[in-house]
Amino acid sequence: MLSIDNLHAGCEGKTILQGINLDVKPGEVHAIMGPNGSGKSTLSTVVAGHEDYEVSQGTILFEGEDIADLSADERAHKGIFLSFQYPVEIPGVTVTNFIKTAINQNRKAKGLEDMPANVMLKKIREKAALLEIDSRFLSRSLNEGFSGGEKKRNEIFQMAMLEPKLAILDETDSGLDIDALRIVANGVNKLKGKDNAIVVITHYQRLLEYIVPDFVHVLHEGKIVKSGTKELALELEEKGYDWIKQGA
Amino acid sequence: MDLKETLLSSYLAFDAQDGPQHKLQDQRAAAIDVFEQQGFPTKKEEDWKYTSLRNLIKTNFSVFPKEEVNLKLDEVKEYILQDVDTYKIVFVDGIYNAYLSETTHEGVDVCLLSAALTKPKYADTIKKYFNQIAEKDASLTALNTAFTKEGAYIHVPEGKLVEKPVQIIHFTTDKNPNLLLQPRNLIVVGKNAEIQIVERHQSLTTNETFTNVVTEIFTEQNAQLDYYKIQNDQTTASLIDSTYISQRKHSHARVHTFSFGGKLTRNNLNFYHKDPEINSTMKGITLIEGSQFVDHHSLVHHAQPNSESHQDYKGIFAEKSTGVFNGKIIVEKEAQKTNAFQQNNNILMDDKASINTKPQLEIFADDVKCSHGCTIGQLDEDALFYMQTRGIPTKEARGLLTYAFANNILQSVKIDSVKKRINKLIAEKLGVNIGFDV
Repeated sequence: MLSIDNLHAGCEGKTILQGINLDVKPGEVHAIMGPNGSGKSTLSTVVAGHEDYEVSQGTILFEGEDIADLSADERAHKGIFLSFQYPVEIPGVTVTNFIKTAINQNRKAKGLEDMPANVMLKKIREKAALLEIDSRFLSRSLNEGFSGGEKKRNEIFQMAMLEPKLAILDETDSGLDIDALRIVANGVNKLKGKDNAIVVITHYQRLLEYIVPDFVHVLHEGKIVKSGTKELALELEEKGYDWIKQGA
Repeated sequence: MDLKETLLSSYLAFDAQDGPQHKLQDQRAAAIDVFEQQGFPTKKEEDWKYTSLRNLIKTNFSVFPKEEVNLKLDEVKEYILQDVDTYKIVFVDGIYNAYLSETTHEGVDVCLLSAALTKPKYADTIKKYFNQIAEKDASLTALNTAFTKEGAYIHVPEGKLVEKPVQIIHFTTDKNPNLLLQPRNLIVVGKNAEIQIVERHQSLTTNETFTNVVTEIFTEQNAQLDYYKIQNDQTTASLIDSTYISQRKHSHARVHTFSFGGKLTRNNLNFYHKDPEINSTMKGITLIEGSQFVDHHSLVHHAQPNSESHQDYKGIFAEKSTGVFNGKIIVEKEAQKTNAFQQNNNILMDDKASINTKPQLEIFADDVKCSHGCTIGQLDEDALFYMQTRGIPTKEARGLLTYAFANNILQSVKIDSVKKRINKLIAEKLGVNIGFDV
């Protein structure tokens, strides 16, 4: 589904990713771990298509297609979703209106009519329940004054609504207490299927107890220095990132 | 002959004509003297520092329409609120159009100023209110007074709640090119009375037009007034709107101004407090592009204690458009416990767009709460990327963010039909179908 080959990328003239290779197949859950500044967030931002980031070498294929020249919204239309580490506040746009607009813009890109209001409403209710989101929450301005946990739940709610093929969850566990973590992880697990893939980017092993990865990759100085199965995450937790840094 | 000369000689012809203007001869004569002495305002005057009329007054406008023009409803339907039952006072090239209008004298007078000036039963009201609050020494207001003949006359008697909003609409056509219109409106909202008014000036031609309108409004004790100005005109149409509101105790006057287009638009909006415990609200959205120009000059004169004023203007300027906001608040020494709030937030969409914004507070009382703030910024790039990752293309994302920036102004709009209309105009202006409800 996602095939990254020898990816070099960065912004403002600085190359941050120094040759990433990653292959994600439908139905798989990948975890990307690594110390601060290793390039985890850059990787997710580049895949999502931020125009300030430049790919200097290598390719990103999504379902066999080179997506380098596609804008972020076009990538979203293809089924790529990024859950932000720091979701942006948008005063004046309610959660409901935002997701309605997003859904209908995605449909428009596929040549479909707007989703009928009653279908939309039903879907919103269903997905909100999955994330244990109160209906009052839906009429608040997007992310404005939300707690850390509310913001992350709202990200996964949007993921549930948009049903992406590839979801990249960037530090979704940061700022979450244990209850919120469980709700968010539950939500993600319910959205997992044989046709979609999830890439979890995290600093800690904690989230991986709830969202169990098939593969774990360790990122250091813009490169994947180690790959393995979920046991690698436990080993990392035990030995710390210094172990990787020394090895590299 | 420049425009000033033309107007001075036109005044003589106007004065010699038969018409309702004769009732006001003394006031008009005094007013034309003021205009003759002052002429058109120039950028040397502090109040006109950022607003130049030089280009506008190069056109030799005429104050006399050559012919009376009839319009079919179909031709102008889109400019008239249709989905709500309203009274309408419609003028075409400055001349009252009975066919498009719906006036009344049942329970409330919604009619013509020309009628009010000539019929004896209105004489007392005219004497009590006409030209009582309009600035005598402001040259453009004086020019309007000098040529006063026609406009809207609305008198809501004590205790009357007028359920149907009133639309005041002025059309200009290509049959009378380069017309200078000078409508004069007089609105009196009696004690405990309520009314909603929508005003629109619409040019149907690409000829240069110039409207210099003056509106005097009196809200008596405990009266409620909601006034909506919809300004979305041709890029050849210029408007100078001077509105003067005199308020008595416990009255609340709310004015919303939606400035979405025109060549040059200047709004002089003035509130004068004649008693304690008065509430004044002024809100606006300015959304322009090209080389359009919109100037909001507001004044709230707090003269008595325990009053409030709320001011919230949002501006969005694209391409080479220019905005001016000057919010003047005067709090007299007697006006203790005044609560005056002023906010002006702007977004510049392009490098060549500009806004000059200036709060002007003159406070002589010591126990008051006055706050003001202005911001000038761009759309949040992080928010745009965030929206794109959800599949919302840049154009729509910009539209949605812009709409979100301005839409709190619409919350206090009481006529649904106006709210819908403004929503639609915003979506059209932004070139997006954001398609969601307020």
